[in-house]
Amino acid sequence: MKAVLAAAEASLLRSLVGQVMELIEPEVARATDLDELEALLQADAAQPPKDPVLARLLPDGYKDDPDAAGEFRKYTELTLRAAKHESAQLMLDSLPEEGGKVQLTPEQAQAWLRSLNDVRLALGTKLGVSEDFEAQWDRLGDNDPLRTAFEVYAWLGAVQESLVRALW
Amino acid sequence: MSVAPAEVDLPVGEGKLTPDKPWVTIVWNDPINLMSYVTYVFQHVFGYPKKKAEKLMLDVHHKGKAVVASGAREAMEHNVEVLHGYGLWATVHQD
Repeated sequence: MKAVLAAAEASLLRSLVGQVMELIEPEVARATDLDELEALLQADAAQPPKDPVLARLLPDGYKDDPDAAGEFRKYTELTLRAAKHESAQLMLDSLPEEGGKVQLTPEQAQAWLRSLNDVRLALGTKLGVSEDFEAQWDRLGDNDPLRTAFEVYAWLGAVQESLVRALW
Repeated sequence: MSVAPAEVDLPVGEGKLTPDKPWVTIVWNDPINLMSYVTYVFQHVFGYPKKKAEKLMLDVHHKGKAVVASGAREAMEHNVEVLHGYGLWATVHQD
């Protein structure tokens, strides 16, 4: 599939995807020594993340059953983080630095789809969007600093929508 | 819990005895995922025809959740893991 991105759009996507990558990188990957690594592996490995954005990207696999959810998380969270990280990296690798023509293989298109969605989930959760996000957007004053973020969120939705249509 | 869609897949046996109460994969409504995207994911992950995927997506949208698959617990946990990879809010339940 093909698309054309302006330089500013490419750089915006790069920055947003990079932020999500940093967020989902497992804490163990950042540990600087073995003691720290061991402490991280033992502590709260099965607790849902406290950060709402991270909790939305890595949700519980069981509802109203913290034990089952914890057990599920223990066995799946690292893999899920790694998978999201890999999709994000694949997207960055196929995103031209200066914008321009984007041509994606089916595998790259899947990575874009998942990564763009993670970016939308992160931004949408941060902004507290509802299903009627356009009404929320309309209610913001002209000089509200959040206007730009809502604009970016809407644009990401349009990019995602066109990607889905192209893949159908 | 009366939101089971009209069409539910038969349990995936995987050589195990089918439990009395089958396990199900539930997808919950959320304000961020696009309707088209959710439909696409149901088609892509489960191989459902577009019509069935759309019906499930509308169930999620209007009723707040939908059972998208049923079968052995391990298979449902695998579904949930895959769906989380796509950013859908999915959980495993025993029906």
